Amino acid sequence: MTPLRLGFIPLSDCAVLAVALEKGFFRRHGLDVVLSREVSWANIRDKTAVGALDGAQMLAGMPLAAAAGIDPVASPLLTAFSLDLNGNAITVSNELWQRMQAAGAVTASSNGAALRRVIDDNRRSGRPLLRFAMVYPFSTHNYELRYWLAAGGIDPDADVQLTVVPPPRMVEALERGLIDGFCVGEPWNSLAVLRELGRVAATKYEIWNNSPEKVLALSRGFAERDEELHQALLRALIEAAVWTDAAENRAEVARILAVPRYLNAPEELLAGSLTGRVVFGSSAAAVDMPDFHVFQRYAANYPWISHAVWLLAQMVRWGQLASPVDLLATAKAAYRPDLYREAARAVGIAAPEVDLKPEGIHRAPWHLGGAGGAIEMGSDMFCDGRVFDATDVVGYLAGFGAGAPQMDLDALAALNS
Amino acid sequence: MASPIRVLIVDDSAERAALIEAGLVASGCEVLARLAGRADLHDKLNSFEPDVIIVSMECPDRDALEDMSRITSQRPRPTVMFVDRSDNESIRAAVQAGVSAYVVGGLSPERVRSVLEVAIARFNEFQALRQELETAKESLEERKVIERAKGLLMKSRGLSEDAAFHQLRRMAMDRKMRLAAVAREVVAAAELLL
Repeated sequence: MTPLRLGFIPLSDCAVLAVALEKGFFRRHGLDVVLSREVSWANIRDKTAVGALDGAQMLAGMPLAAAAGIDPVASPLLTAFSLDLNGNAITVSNELWQRMQAAGAVTASSNGAALRRVIDDNRRSGRPLLRFAMVYPFSTHNYELRYWLAAGGIDPDADVQLTVVPPPRMVEALERGLIDGFCVGEPWNSLAVLRELGRVAATKYEIWNNSPEKVLALSRGFAERDEELHQALLRALIEAAVWTDAAENRAEVARILAVPRYLNAPEELLAGSLTGRVVFGSSAAAVDMPDFHVFQRYAANYPWISHAVWLLAQMVRWGQLASPVDLLATAKAAYRPDLYREAARAVGIAAPEVDLKPEGIHRAPWHLGGAGGAIEMGSDMFCDGRVFDATDVVGYLAGFGAGAPQMDLDALAALNS
Repeated sequence: MASPIRVLIVDDSAERAALIEAGLVASGCEVLARLAGRADLHDKLNSFEPDVIIVSMECPDRDALEDMSRITSQRPRPTVMFVDRSDNESIRAAVQAGVSAYVVGGLSPERVRSVLEVAIARFNEFQALRQELETAKESLEERKVIERAKGLLMKSRGLSEDAAFHQLRRMAMDRKMRLAAVAREVVAAAELLL
């Protein structure tokens, strides 16, 4: 049997894949897997499309953009496994942070408003637009950054300049003053802080508590050709995620990821956020954030259709998805919670029985009834206090007022009634 | 005659970039610059105004290039080479060679394809060269180890050079191994006994 080839990008949140291989979870489920280190999301997309990879760690927006036909290849992908929640952050340069502080920056939600005052001041004095970088047009980073900016009263398309910079070049770009801030995954925020080049202004957790991050996606053709192989893969990943998420294993996760074939980075750099000790600024003490990375708790691996619809709603909100589509049907073409449930049942892990959940209503931990027992869930608040209901995306989008999308919402409503 | 296609090359390998440039110039393209991946790629792109960017898939900068639609908003909306979804074979060939192309101006698909064909051919040629170099290095190393094994046999068993070589070859044939592999074993065994 030829080995299964899965791609990954050297980021802390490829942890579950690395653990599945290094701790023998793939082998335990009869799988021969080769992990292939890739340098760009575009490569991962193209290699999966032509069959050079069978699947890969992907940005959650990628299988959805393919299903909506708005990425350049539009080769069908599907995911039945979310790799993690949270894990990203927005870091700004020291200079910008000082100006934001003078303008009242304290917490993630007040920081956006402080940035707005800095931008107003820049406009009055005729200074160029601030530049922020993210990692890919269909990335959660793009949507988080835009969400946070808009929540602070900033128009991401007019008041700042957004640009794509690959993660390994982020810190260099900040150092050379080419950008004023970025939204990226770990360890790049920690590295900017360690090198005293920037300050974390908001974490992904603070923008949307326990929000979805990467997924493991396969080409649809491959997944449908061998359903049992896909199930074995899901079973191995669920068990690997349980191991990865356990607090007592996090130091070892950092050790596993540090080696050259994964992140090729100092273990101490990775250990901070992975063990839930996050440093926001070079002179600040580490803050306890046990949920900075969530790899399995809170049903983290479940591919919620409502998460997929939220991501599609962002594509509409920011003009990437310009023609009206049936959002629920598009989400279901790429997200397969049914396949996850089947694998979870086989390994005795409780799984949600519903495909949708409302977002922005739980301030505290709560319990969700599931197949195989109740599941402890985390909070799910947005930084601007909004509520998202996947069955009323049109109402949700209309609620943004001035920041509402260009799309004809009546036409969107007709397809989503 | 149509005006030359203006190409920008983005590649971390300077040698390969030079090879691609030579190929593109020979086929009538104008190569504006060869850039190694860097954080200020956006600014560079704006100052050169290429029609096509040829990028090595080994550069992480592909993700930045995909986002060009916003930074080049004054010009026609750029498209990625892969936009032609019917063209699966050239996508496969490009991915396998490790090359991708981004179209910035309003070039016809035919002209893009011809640029890409040259690039793919050159990428493959570079790959072959690298392979050849590896093989040459290996055979040099193999010749050396065979010589050492021969010397060891001559000394330990008092054989002539010819007889030592024949013995090595017979061992290889009996055990269905390559000559160099047997020689390596002989050397390793001798080192163990010393």
